[in-house]
Amino acid sequence: MEWEIVMGLEVHTELATKTKIFCGCSTEFGGKPNTHVCEICSGMPGTLPLLNKRVVEFAVRTGIATNCTITQHNKFDRKNYFYPDLPKAYQISQLYLPICRNGFIEVKDKDGNPKKIGIHEIHMEEDAGKLVHDEFEDCTLVDYNRCGVPLLEIVSEPDFRSAEEVLSYLTELRSILQYIGVSDCKMQEGSLRADVNLSVRPKGQKEFGTRTEMKNLNSFKAIARAIEYEAERQIELLEDGEKVMQETRRWDDNKGYSYAMRSKEDAQDYKYFPEPDLPPIEISDEYIENIRKSLPELPEAKKARYMSQFGLPEYDTGIITSDRSFVKLFERTVEICNSPKDAANWIMGELMKMLNDTGTLPENMSFDQDSLGKLINMIKAGKINRGTAKTVFEKIFTENVDPEKYVEENNLGLVTDLSAIRPIIEQVIADNEKSVGEYKAGKTQAMGYIMGQAMRALKGKAPAQEVQKILKEILG
Amino acid sequence: MNICEMTALEISNAVKNKEITVKDAVDAFFAAIDEYDGKYHCYNTLCKKEAYERAEEVQKGIDCGKYNGKLAGVPIGIKDNICTKDILTTCSSKILENFIPTYNATVVNRLNDEGMVIIGKLNMDEFAMGSTTETSATGVTHNPWDTDKVPGGSSGGAAAAVAARLSPVALGSDTGGSIRQPCSFCGVSGLKPTYGAVSRYGLVAYASSLDQIGPMGKTVDDCAALFSVIQGKDEKDGTSMVYPKFDFDKAVKGDVGGKKIGIPEDYLGEGISPDVKDAVLAAADKFREEGAVVETFKMPIVKYAIPAYYIIACAEACSNLSRYDGIKYGYSSPDADTLMETYVKTRSEGFGMEVKRRIMLGNFVLSSGYYDAYYNKALKAKKLIQNAFYDAFKKYDMLLGPVAPTTALKIGESLSDPLKMYLGDIYTVMINIAGMPSMSVPCGFDKDNMPIGMQIIGKPFEEAEIMSAAKAFENATDFHKKLPDLG
Amino acid sequence: MTIDRSLVEYLEKLGRIHLTEEERSASEKDLQSILTYIDTLNELDTDGVEPASHSFPVANVMRDDTVTNGADTENILKNAPQSRDGCFVVHKTVE
Repeated sequence: MEWEIVMGLEVHTELATKTKIFCGCSTEFGGKPNTHVCEICSGMPGTLPLLNKRVVEFAVRTGIATNCTITQHNKFDRKNYFYPDLPKAYQISQLYLPICRNGFIEVKDKDGNPKKIGIHEIHMEEDAGKLVHDEFEDCTLVDYNRCGVPLLEIVSEPDFRSAEEVLSYLTELRSILQYIGVSDCKMQEGSLRADVNLSVRPKGQKEFGTRTEMKNLNSFKAIARAIEYEAERQIELLEDGEKVMQETRRWDDNKGYSYAMRSKEDAQDYKYFPEPDLPPIEISDEYIENIRKSLPELPEAKKARYMSQFGLPEYDTGIITSDRSFVKLFERTVEICNSPKDAANWIMGELMKMLNDTGTLPENMSFDQDSLGKLINMIKAGKINRGTAKTVFEKIFTENVDPEKYVEENNLGLVTDLSAIRPIIEQVIADNEKSVGEYKAGKTQAMGYIMGQAMRALKGKAPAQEVQKILKEILG
Repeated sequence: MNICEMTALEISNAVKNKEITVKDAVDAFFAAIDEYDGKYHCYNTLCKKEAYERAEEVQKGIDCGKYNGKLAGVPIGIKDNICTKDILTTCSSKILENFIPTYNATVVNRLNDEGMVIIGKLNMDEFAMGSTTETSATGVTHNPWDTDKVPGGSSGGAAAAVAARLSPVALGSDTGGSIRQPCSFCGVSGLKPTYGAVSRYGLVAYASSLDQIGPMGKTVDDCAALFSVIQGKDEKDGTSMVYPKFDFDKAVKGDVGGKKIGIPEDYLGEGISPDVKDAVLAAADKFREEGAVVETFKMPIVKYAIPAYYIIACAEACSNLSRYDGIKYGYSSPDADTLMETYVKTRSEGFGMEVKRRIMLGNFVLSSGYYDAYYNKALKAKKLIQNAFYDAFKKYDMLLGPVAPTTALKIGESLSDPLKMYLGDIYTVMINIAGMPSMSVPCGFDKDNMPIGMQIIGKPFEEAEIMSAAKAFENATDFHKKLPDLG
Repeated sequence: MTIDRSLVEYLEKLGRIHLTEEERSASEKDLQSILTYIDTLNELDTDGVEPASHSFPVANVMRDDTVTNGADTENILKNAPQSRDGCFVVHKTVE
């Protein structure tokens, strides 16, 4: 039987506000345990929440950027459950009136065709604290530094049919969130987290199968692996005539498998009810319009502009706009060298290679954003050749050298004084009578060999075009 | 001069006129507490050391003119659910038996800014759940009028302390009658302010949408003075409101002439004791003599107030009380071997039965499948109750009614029957649901010489208006001057 | 609404409390009489009524996004039954 995978995504993203959602504690990542904590976010008796207005602004920005309808009359609700990472024993969230609804993001399906993924809702809520398990003492340590950091939960419709679609959606969503400045989306710091709801059904069937929810997916790679594992697990169960249990499963990326965290039987009753401590939030048309106007160009619009303005192929624009760091570098480079295609090629080629080789994330690139543009200008001006440029770029990437200085200090520049080249080329012609003879007899390939010999003699430090020109002049 | 018999305003004036020192005042109350509180148990905690240090500071502040407010130099006891930095705040619960807040409630900061001196924390029903102070984990407070009787609740310790002159004024909290009913039972005055008039920041939450802190005292003037200290917008409480400043002079004017007062007929129906009914009707006549127009009107929604109240209050309470888990503060069961046991044992050992009952009730009305039938229904009833008040206020400037159907009950009488205790809240809970202000003042005594109270209910943020009416009544009667003989 | 034993036990579980047998029997009876009384609310016609969650129509009470609280670890842990290395300590949360 042919099976179809059906998936929906719940993405949690920590907002890049300075302070927590309901108190004036810093959201800064890291730091010693319980150092960004006050009486409010640690749930001391008698304390009250007060909403950070930037959180509403960021939520509305996100809603507009993902084509959502903004809810103008907003309330918060309490989600009640006991766990040590939740000091009040309830999370302030939005159940009944989420701030954004009915949006979509366009992604690429498995075959590269555009597909719309529906966004069911986006709501504001607070993050929980961190639990660290102490193996030796057999206990758990509780740190509330992350507790109360603002989150958006972005809930998709069950529109995904392949892991490729999921990754395309996450890439697109991440770049949107970064573009509009609401989140830095660092998966390794937990500021972007995705839970995957997955079920399978025989192809052609209308009804959904029983779904599981997968948590602890810490990288795109983990997501792809977990989806593959879970789909296979469910298909196997069903093919063996067994049932899929509705449950939450935790992915262990080291071991490459998932296990059930809790099953439906002891499902939590969250006892949602309207948060009495927070007055409602009313959002005016004017407020929404002002935010709409203030939004920067989004990835889709940028892609279209790069194609029409710079004449770049769609493939190139897709890669460049996939990450805010690429866009920044690309736009700065074009500003400096005015060669969009060169800039794109360098980013897709050498930069990607360096990122892969060194295992660096794009947002962690630390070299001067002007360097690539300068480097391209040097090639264009015939000051260095491509081979040298690659070596210089490695140095830029790893040591943040200034390309102009580096080339000069290491004497990597091309010889531009043609009068100095000419005698060397003449000598090469004299030394390769045989090939010169062949060339003159009409065997044009021989020119390649002579050219190679000339470049070798020049130690690669002369512009190839010039060398060729001189060769042709002499050989007639 | 017997300092303890003076009103708060008189004490402050005596201090400012250098007739007495702040220390004299503090001395007098601690001496009275030492002598009598063994008998009444008004206080959970006395903060003598802090109070004497503070008295010295305040004295200097008064001498140099830093503190010149109406209540500068006045000692005060506050209910044990209001957070005081570095001073135990137990809510009369075992689960917070050792909880020392690291911050002050906003009202505490305001008392300090006024130059008042906190002398102790007053007994209450556990987490303010109860109407008798019998659910306190530290033991019941005895009514100074008859020690076999309850002082009412949940601010029973506060009302009894004022009646027994163990504190000149006090801060209580009122979620469903918890200031007004003990005032009524103990023959003193108290105000349940408009919801949002006083900051709740630092008030340990029972039911967040209903809780308000309010003043209690021997006279309307004292209540007005204390209210003017604590009221006003607080940036830390999103539900505290910006509204026109409380007009103290208007509040203590004692004028009710030309006002229209409505008495809900439904407040005088089945279940009210004849003595209470007669006292309220006599008070109505008194208001007529003072130039007001008083008439009765129908308010049939009254009968739905208690169901709606217990649904809303218990729902919020079960959520608010979930944070007591033995992990961050308070009692933690020593016998827990797993995380689940930490929760269950801590909470089972730490909470009393009434609190557990309300937690269960709250969990029930919020649990999936029952939310709409109970909680959401109660929120709709809340809307209708609010509407009923707004309709009434189209016709009347204020409303008048009894505080409770009876006078103080015998200790132990209602504990065995929780429903009976809940039904005693019938005249008070509606006001909390609607968010209106209400002032409770003494209006008579029953055949056993136990005090009877009435309440004057006002439009939102019209505290001065109802206080002025209460003052007019006070001027025309002697009930507030009668205080229990401490023997 | 009828309260039975299993409902009482479920409510104990939801509230993370455990009653003795005696308390459980008493609770069953008390909750029954309270809920029977509460059920009189069903007589109230609330068709078309908007639920009121707040008393007064205030909205948009918010704070600016500026840091006002410093590190206060000592105070935060002051009341903790158990703490170590700047953290609260609980029985392990994973098996």
